[in-house]
Amino acid sequence: MVHWSAEEKQLIASVWGKVNVEECGAEALARLLIVYPWTQRFFDNFGNLSSPTAIIGNPKVRAHGKKVLTSFGEAIKNLDNLKVTYSKLSELHCDKLHVDPENFRLLGDILVIVLASHFGRDFTPACQFAWQKLVGVVAHALARKYH
Amino acid sequence: MVLSASDKTNVKGVFSKIGSHAEEYGAETLERMFHAYPQTKTYFPHFDMGKGSAQIKGHGKKVAAALVEAANHIDDIAGALSKLSDLHAQKLRVDPVNFKLLGHCFLVVVASHNPAVLTPEVHASLDKFLCAVGTVLTAKYR
Repeated sequence: MVHWSAEEKQLIASVWGKVNVEECGAEALARLLIVYPWTQRFFDNFGNLSSPTAIIGNPKVRAHGKKVLTSFGEAIKNLDNLKVTYSKLSELHCDKLHVDPENFRLLGDILVIVLASHFGRDFTPACQFAWQKLVGVVAHALARKYH
Repeated sequence: MVLSASDKTNVKGVFSKIGSHAEEYGAETLERMFHAYPQTKTYFPHFDMGKGSAQIKGHGKKVAAALVEAANHIDDIAGALSKLSDLHAQKLRVDPVNFKLLGHCFLVVVASHNPAVLTPEVHASLDKFLCAVGTVLTAKYR
């Protein structure tokens, strides 16, 4: 069971409160597909992913990015109960989606970079620490039901 | 992983925009890395880890200089960093996983100071470049 200090929770909440989930989610997923092109393997039915411009403008990428980050929001609301919160999602990613958990780590790091670019100096080292912990814990919870 | 012509252009562009801030970015990269990944501090037991530490500033300057050197000799990173590669293999022996952590924190620093510079394409090129640097520095480990 992961322990969250009051400060960590506050740092996470204060950033999250200012995040535009749709924009941020779209940007994070687009960057994942651009920076680590092999991650496109999961999105054959997304249409045109042939260039960074195509990926950024792709409506399916935007929609899916929003979905993924919205789910992150659930994690933030349930920091003390992530295992249960993500149990079904973990099974889904293993049994139906067949996603290598390494991809969760890649997306988590991309999200941190996107947050840094949006919040600049406000995304302090302490903030980054809390968010690296969060993305790590989310990745772990998503991988937990793999078999 | 091969750096394309546009990767090289993108990387050189980043460092030219960063300019003289490189040293400051180097220090902040280390500060963030030590903070986000405390296990990385184990390589610096003799360091003052407090805010504004002269040792972190000094070491950040060295790290930045190496990255700038690699960018300036991007067609032959292995040649440019050969001595550093020997040093890491024979003396420092920093576990390879840590170069990824450092690279990631450098991207965070660039993103936080220059969001407009770090377009997705440039982000991809810079990430590849940082991987290449890490690979060179660990190439002689075994």
